[in-house]
Amino acid sequence: MDLVQLQRQFVDYRTSLYHEGFLDEQFTQLQELQDENNPDFVVEVVSLFFEDSERLLNELARALEQQSIDYKRIDAHVHQLKGSSSSIGAQRVQKVCIAFRNYCEEQNVEGCLKCLQQVRHEYSLVKTKLESLFQLEQQILTAGGSIPM
Amino acid sequence: MLSCGAGSGGCSKDMAVELGDEPHVLAVDDNLIDRKLVERLLKNSSCKVTTAENALRALDYLGLGNDTLEGTVSEVNMIITDYCMPGMTGYELLKKIKESSVLKEVPVVIMSSENIPTRISQCLEEGAKMFMLKPLKQSDVKQLKWHLMKCRN
Repeated sequence: MDLVQLQRQFVDYRTSLYHEGFLDEQFTQLQELQDENNPDFVVEVVSLFFEDSERLLNELARALEQQSIDYKRIDAHVHQLKGSSSSIGAQRVQKVCIAFRNYCEEQNVEGCLKCLQQVRHEYSLVKTKLESLFQLEQQILTAGGSIPM
Repeated sequence: MLSCGAGSGGCSKDMAVELGDEPHVLAVDDNLIDRKLVERLLKNSSCKVTTAENALRALDYLGLGNDTLEGTVSEVNMIITDYCMPGMTGYELLKKIKESSVLKEVPVVIMSSENIPTRISQCLEEGAKMFMLKPLKQSDVKQLKWHLMKCRN
């Protein structure tokens, strides 16, 4: 695939992520913060997001396995996940977190378990998609091209 | 060193710093991703940034904590803090700063992901310079810097 085709594929893919609600304008903000002095900013922040989310998802699973469920603790974790997904523009993850917090407030264990499953799913989807996006970027850079804005 | 008059509305006392000097901002947030984001936003606006992961660490850094070591107090021109933090909230941090004779003139900005009017007015009444909704954008921070520089000059 030549450079122009790669760049087109990249733009199409990125556009689809917005259209499908995986990413929102906050992701665009992140991209705008990247420049020659901070060329890896987006990848760095997103990598932090991946690490932090995985940690939180594990904590959530553990918390929901307990005999006596600590909803405050669960809510605190979901609040963190909601915050970081919002900050990077991972809109679908953020949306599930909002529903998750409502179930916490109701102390509804079934609802919480369902949301945990959903948030895991959405997280895994956005992670795969962002990794693909970064891979396309890398291919463009390797081919000597620049990333279309 | 000139000091700011009381009627000037929350100016940094560091008035003798020349134009072109970078303001030093202390950013407090328990979320790692948000700390990274606010740091980049502030640095892109030519601010020097120190981050703290909770209010207690912030107080130590400011010289108001129980664990502050002698000779380590740093000058900051502005503090920006998240509202919801475990232990001491951003609101409680704001109160401690305003109670301090040394630091009460330092502008404090509160950030929150939740748009709760009573929370906002509570913070502003307690002396917060601004309340900002997360996630922060570059335009928010530019506005902030403008307020800060206007205050200093």
